[in-house]
Amino acid sequence: MPQRAVEIILMRQLAGYLAMPILLFDPEGNLLFYNEPAEAILGRRFDETGEIPLKEWYAMVAPIAEDGSPVPLETLPLVIALKARQAAHRAFWLHMPDGSRRKVESTVFPLEGQGGRNLGAVSILMEVRAA
Amino acid sequence: MRVTLWGTRGSLATPGPETVRYGGNTSCVEVRGSNGASLILDAGTGIRRLGANLGPDAGRVDLLLTHLHMDHIQGLGFFRPLDQPGQEVHIWGPPSTTLDLQARLSRYLSPPLFPVRLRELPCRLTLHDVPLGAFEVRGFEVTAALVCHPGPTVGYRISEGGVSIAYIPDHEPALGARRFPERSEWTSGFDLAAGADLLIHDAQYSAVEYSRRVGWGHSAVLHALRFAAAAGAKRLVTFHHDPGHDDAALDRLVDEARGSVDVPLELIPGAEGARFDLSPG
Repeated sequence: MPQRAVEIILMRQLAGYLAMPILLFDPEGNLLFYNEPAEAILGRRFDETGEIPLKEWYAMVAPIAEDGSPVPLETLPLVIALKARQAAHRAFWLHMPDGSRRKVESTVFPLEGQGGRNLGAVSILMEVRAA
Repeated sequence: MRVTLWGTRGSLATPGPETVRYGGNTSCVEVRGSNGASLILDAGTGIRRLGANLGPDAGRVDLLLTHLHMDHIQGLGFFRPLDQPGQEVHIWGPPSTTLDLQARLSRYLSPPLFPVRLRELPCRLTLHDVPLGAFEVRGFEVTAALVCHPGPTVGYRISEGGVSIAYIPDHEPALGARRFPERSEWTSGFDLAAGADLLIHDAQYSAVEYSRRVGWGHSAVLHALRFAAAAGAKRLVTFHHDPGHDDAALDRLVDEARGSVDVPLELIPGAEGARFDLSPG
């Protein structure tokens, strides 16, 4: 597999040291990496899933809006950040592997490398706990 | 392809009786192709002697800078072709996110750091923001890629006549890696070095020194060796020697590395003046 851009490599290494949930996506929206705090929210381990294509990822977590309707793929903060090249934020529910749901807030920002290269996006995924 | 090391030291020129075997000049390498054309890699203090050895009919000169830290550009003002009226010189190097190569280089080649301004040089100078990816220079296929080192820094892979070298003089691929080396796609510099006939790579520190200088942008000798082995390089030339390492210390470091890792490649401590003649097969 070709080597990734050094900015992506460094972003993964940084995410590996941070105590906040981080997901790293390529320009097509494929999930390249998520760190241990994100594993705790997603209920999955990166070593077990490896990289996940966008559509598979979308089907896996099946995001649900506050009103109970499915969140369309194109309105996910990730897809907005990748297409519009701007930060995006939204709260929604994720399906867990055990069938339960978990409310999260996702903040995604695009990654732009030297020379304006589109490198993908970074998502910060915070669980929303009941007060 | 013939590769000549004109400067192997890192950080600071370190002349003296204790560094005569491996050399005290900072980074500079010459790559000469089968068609007689040559590329010069970095402009550390070693480039002064190289320039003095280029004949008056050297033809076009192409200098590829990996980055603009002082030990890689300090010899520039003393590189003879730049002072020759009409001499065609092309300098390639990385821009920053806001400044092009000319603006960045002018910060050094101008008072008070240097008496002559870049624009005052009498040669026919062209500056190129080095493209990331593959491009062609005088019959060489050159690939530049950003690598892990503070500030905009590239490594180069140069191919010609069926052989390839990789030049990554300032590189910390082990930074932050839980296991090193990681898989190829998560290892900085991997594609540049993959299968290279000759890899010239940062090996500034001992393992103990590295543990105290994580994030400074350099590698321990063992990192360089493991990186080279993972990338399938055939020969590794250690480079960018620490100014604090005299000849005896470098001998020791390389001997220790040879004894601690069993890898199928030749480990060669980079010595100023060393030449490598590379041919296919």
